[in-house]
Amino acid sequence: MDGDLSTRDEARMIASILAGDTERYHELIRPYERSVYKMALSFMKNESDAEDVAQEAFLKAFRKLIDFRGQAKFSTWLISITLNEARGRLRRQGLVRMESLDETPEEGGHISPALLRDWREIPSEALERKEVRQMLEEAIGNLSPLYQEVLLLRDVEEFSIEETAMALAITTGNVKVRLHRARMMMQKELAPRLKNVSPRRRWFQWS
Amino acid sequence: MVIECKHVWNYISGYLDDSLPAETKELVQRHLEHCEICSAILDSTRNIVVLTADERVFELPIGFSERLHQRLAQEIGMGSSMPHENPAD
Repeated sequence: MDGDLSTRDEARMIASILAGDTERYHELIRPYERSVYKMALSFMKNESDAEDVAQEAFLKAFRKLIDFRGQAKFSTWLISITLNEARGRLRRQGLVRMESLDETPEEGGHISPALLRDWREIPSEALERKEVRQMLEEAIGNLSPLYQEVLLLRDVEEFSIEETAMALAITTGNVKVRLHRARMMMQKELAPRLKNVSPRRRWFQWS
Repeated sequence: MVIECKHVWNYISGYLDDSLPAETKELVQRHLEHCEICSAILDSTRNIVVLTADERVFELPIGFSERLHQRLAQEIGMGSSMPHENPAD
């Protein structure tokens, strides 16, 4: 996930928080603020609900910290809590699309990608432009929840296939199938639009 | 053995994650060498995956962090929210 966290001893931090040094919780969660918010935003689709969900998720994680037994990474566990918080909030708002319950993606039909004859790399500098960021955020937001969850964990949070499976309580096989379909949907939606938005060699002129 | 474009499309994601069985990977690779359409699909998908992971996508709103830590300080400060279900333990 975020940055180099290998030097942080999170198990020790968690132990001292549980022993009463609750101040350290602030330090524990700092590297994950962005991840949790991103997860919340792509579900809630508006900043204020997303911020609310993120705050609730961090509070819930604090209250449940005693249940965290290091069977997963703290980040994976925290993201699962965020996911549940966002799902719960959407359910209460009556916004969960029915397809998420009925769909059986593993048997779903074939998704044809957008056909192109050549592809010019879109440089990451393109993300300096708000319209390009929005295009990506919208495309992720438009995926149905089953695909969105997998894509967010794997390609936005950069979880491994195994971590994604653990966070969603599904098999790695299911992760791979859903991820494939999600990526194809992203390609189909975005490739033609990104191609149009990038007149060659203009990136630097505009930014 | 030769595979068609349609079949290659099923392996794009696995190819990017390098999670295909060796023989499938080789079939796909051989197809990509001479098929510009499938190569463009692979390149565009890889490019989109890279852009998706960029941290400029889904930026934090201004003041997010301050508001979060303020709220945590308020709620955690109250004894009732200590993460101890059973303090006698």
